[in-house]
Amino acid sequence: MRIKCPLCGERDLREFYYQGADVALMRPAPDAGPAAWDDYLYTRDNPAGETRDLWQHEYGCGAWLLVQRNTVTHEILNVTLAKKRGRS
Amino acid sequence: MRIDGKGLIDRSVTVPFAFDGQRYHGFAGDTLASALLANGVRMVGRSFKYHRPRGLLTAGSEEPNALVTVGQGGNATPNLRATTQEIYEGLTAVSQNRWPSLNLDVMAVNDLFSPFLSAGFYYKTFMWPRSFWERVYEPIIRRSAGLGALSGEPDTARYEQAYAFCDLLVIGAGPAGLMAALTAARAGADVILADEDSRMGGRLLAETEPLDGEPAHIWVARVLDELATMDNVRLMPRTTVTGVYDGGTYGALERVTTHLANPAPDAPLEAFWRITAKQTVLATGAIERPVAFPMNDRPGVMMAGAVRSYLNRWGVAAGQKVAVFGNNNDAHRTAHDLHEAGVEVVALIDSRADAAVSGDFPLFTGAQVINTRGRKSLGEVHVQTASGVEVIEADCLAMSGGWNPTLHLSCHLGGRPVWNVSIHAFVPDPKNCAGLHVAGAAGGVFSTKGALKSGVFRAREALKALGMKAPSIPLPVAGDAEYAITPLWQVQGRKRAWLDFANDVTVKDVELAATENLASSEHMKRFTTQGMAPDQGKNSNVGALAVLADATGRSIAATGTTTFRPPFVPVPIAATGSAGAGKGFAPERFMTSHDRSLEMGAPMIEAGLWYRPSYFPRKGEKNWRQACDHEVGMVRNAVGVCDVSTLGKIDVQGPDAAAFLDFIYTNRMSSLKVGRVRYGLMLREDGMVMDDGTCARLGARHFLVTTTTAAAAQVMRHMEFVLQGLRPDWDVRIASVTEQWAQFAVAGPKSRELLNGLFDAPIDNDSFPFMACGDVRIKGVSARLFRISYSGEHAYEIAVPARFGAALFDLLLERAQALGGGAYGLEALNVLRIEKGFLTHAEIHGRATAFDLGMERMISPAKDCIGKVMAERPGLKGPLREQLVGLKPAGAAKLITAGAHLFMQGAEAVSDNDQGFVTSPCYSPTLGHPIALAMLQNGRARHGEVIDIVDHLRGVRTACVVCEPVFFDADGGRCRG
Repeated sequence: MRIKCPLCGERDLREFYYQGADVALMRPAPDAGPAAWDDYLYTRDNPAGETRDLWQHEYGCGAWLLVQRNTVTHEILNVTLAKKRGRS
Repeated sequence: MRIDGKGLIDRSVTVPFAFDGQRYHGFAGDTLASALLANGVRMVGRSFKYHRPRGLLTAGSEEPNALVTVGQGGNATPNLRATTQEIYEGLTAVSQNRWPSLNLDVMAVNDLFSPFLSAGFYYKTFMWPRSFWERVYEPIIRRSAGLGALSGEPDTARYEQAYAFCDLLVIGAGPAGLMAALTAARAGADVILADEDSRMGGRLLAETEPLDGEPAHIWVARVLDELATMDNVRLMPRTTVTGVYDGGTYGALERVTTHLANPAPDAPLEAFWRITAKQTVLATGAIERPVAFPMNDRPGVMMAGAVRSYLNRWGVAAGQKVAVFGNNNDAHRTAHDLHEAGVEVVALIDSRADAAVSGDFPLFTGAQVINTRGRKSLGEVHVQTASGVEVIEADCLAMSGGWNPTLHLSCHLGGRPVWNVSIHAFVPDPKNCAGLHVAGAAGGVFSTKGALKSGVFRAREALKALGMKAPSIPLPVAGDAEYAITPLWQVQGRKRAWLDFANDVTVKDVELAATENLASSEHMKRFTTQGMAPDQGKNSNVGALAVLADATGRSIAATGTTTFRPPFVPVPIAATGSAGAGKGFAPERFMTSHDRSLEMGAPMIEAGLWYRPSYFPRKGEKNWRQACDHEVGMVRNAVGVCDVSTLGKIDVQGPDAAAFLDFIYTNRMSSLKVGRVRYGLMLREDGMVMDDGTCARLGARHFLVTTTTAAAAQVMRHMEFVLQGLRPDWDVRIASVTEQWAQFAVAGPKSRELLNGLFDAPIDNDSFPFMACGDVRIKGVSARLFRISYSGEHAYEIAVPARFGAALFDLLLERAQALGGGAYGLEALNVLRIEKGFLTHAEIHGRATAFDLGMERMISPAKDCIGKVMAERPGLKGPLREQLVGLKPAGAAKLITAGAHLFMQGAEAVSDNDQGFVTSPCYSPTLGHPIALAMLQNGRARHGEVIDIVDHLRGVRTACVVCEPVFFDADGGRCRG
């Protein structure tokens, strides 16, 4: 598997650290309530098909990436910098 | 028997070699198989289960019978195929799965019991008693059935991993592959042409069919010459592409020096390649399939195409009286080529009644081979014709049941092949082949002309996908013979008819699977073991499916294939894992003091990838405890020096650096003054403690954070995530500087005295109080000084650029020794911190909260931070939580062991009564008895209580008093002095 890092170009899977669903970017407000926080930390979809997850180019530039891919075909549809999508 | 004037071997170079201790000669260009056949060796192995005599079946990597061990001792490699092993001067090969010898094999008695040894025999027989499974049955079965054995000695050969990138990877260098490579190469694409054979050309080297009116190998040589001169082409002979992976990644095994008598000393035996290709042409050709007629496994029964290969490429007649049996026109070539070369053809038998056969030898149509005779070599062939049974004397029977496209690689990403009714074979499904263009026989195009054309066509497709223009290339004039076939899968008969030669699976076994309702191809495979040998059923898969389809009343298409997975041929783990051999398994990280520590006799202990000195033995000390106690005393009473460079160091800079650290740490860092250090705690978002460390403010917008050795990478990744993912609007940059700075702890009452002897400008308690930091100069070198203490003593950590580390360590040691101190290692460091109740990842074990560790008040109420919300969850606080406590012996001092569990005094030591466990025990030389840190349910409310600690593993049970986790200098006066 190869991922196209927007900063470094296409690189082998082994340069990347896998984190999980992009939900991790949507950190709730401190007062959002237990349900929102529980969802944020623990509730995850397990889609057969398109998914968006987070990878870090750890053995490269260090950039966190938002990777849109298909879990059935293994096709990688889009890769963007998490920095550009993250909420403050 | 060698035929004069035939073959592409070099008869001017004689090559001596040995097989089973017997010396033979071959020629340059021979494989072990062709050389043995030329020397009249018929039997090359024993079969897996019945130990029947077996000869060569094929001339390629699909060979099921001729598995040999090459080399001796640690250099021995078992299970190599004689058909792909080239001979070299001094090659020693031995046959396998026989005892005491190939000729006389005791286990051949199995063959007599074959009526009982059908598929499923082992499953059904060795059931009871259950305790016999592993101790009795398995060892016996393993010993009697099998392949080559490992030597048991370390492998002395070198292996390598290698990487390559290209626009177009062409797999297979037969007519289709060569044309594809040539087309793409002339278009300017970066091309890799990989072929598993030692010589490229594929079947063009094995047939007599001319190209452009010349022998085909001349055309092949011309094309290869052109490709070899082009900078954009890499030719990789002896390279089998073994697997296809996502994103255009291919695994390939190159046999680098397996064919050389005297390879260069540093050359690897084999190399495992990872090739990344934008587009690929799959031109892997086809594999001929046997016919399952009774007793079709005798030495001398071979594939018709292989008989042609041995004749035309290696100049070897596979027999002196050869019969040919087939169901397709291609088989006729074998009879004609042999006849042309002067070998006696005793029969051409075609199962089709309407076949057009010709030739100056006995011809049979509408006939089938129904039996063979000959114990260790074929003697006669029994042919059923319309008019009766003919017994024909023959020492070789060339058979052909048709050809199967070699489509394995097209299925590695999950694709399923489709059944083609005109060639009666599976072909790759183009829908499943993104970026993989199937050319030639691999796609079911069986004529030479068709293959050449298809190679150009597929290369054009690939070039189009690459956005490149394809040149026009003239095709050589080639034959376009029609491939006509009528399926013939099995010939009925009373005797056994083999499908899978490697695993001894017969037609009867597959029929039994169907009878027992193991009707799916996957179930049949596992029940009979068909296709599970090293050859992975390359010869037998489609035949077995056909028999299964027939037995279950389905079509072959409806029966479907089993799943093809990598690797296509066996790949030594030594090759794929070569980078992990020896020290490569775990890289070593050394501190700048490493060499000096070794000189001082310090045993090293691994901390992650780092190596740290455990202790520094002195004269007269008999064990580590004595050294450790001495070092602890040194720090408490004089001064000690310890390399702490392994701690993670992260440089944090930017206008928002303070806000960022406030968000990462539970406590406030924004209020820290420049020139001061603060202890910090960071949580995971789920509220558990992630790590602890110090944070030094070097400037208004510049901080230096330390992490524990173990969590350095995790913290760095976490900080990047928070910055990029959660707070991208903040202007902060972070960098790991762990390796850029060598850092030493100087600890003990005489630490300032030691340092002042080195500094260009001395310090005192006012200019450098506890938790101060700043720049100092040592002998003109700028250094960073931090007044922090992990021992509880008046202590400093001093950091210099790593290039000065070794020199500074020497300097500090010399000064320490002059003051009655010296170096201390990891053991003493650990005792010093346990005496003070400081934490490591034994306590921060991933399930501990700040509340558990007694640090709840470090979570600032005035700001948000990672983990703060979830740390407030019910259940993460309160008396049910295991909390950090100290333990000391109640009464006589006894050993406290790490991992021992805690129980109410007198309670039964079972898990229901478990109340916690010991995290960090040690002997405290300062206090003169054992102490420990532990996690105990509601521990902070239980100081003074006597509890039992129980270690079932080491047989320890002792009573301890629960106490504060700080054993020494509770008010911290010593570190401020």
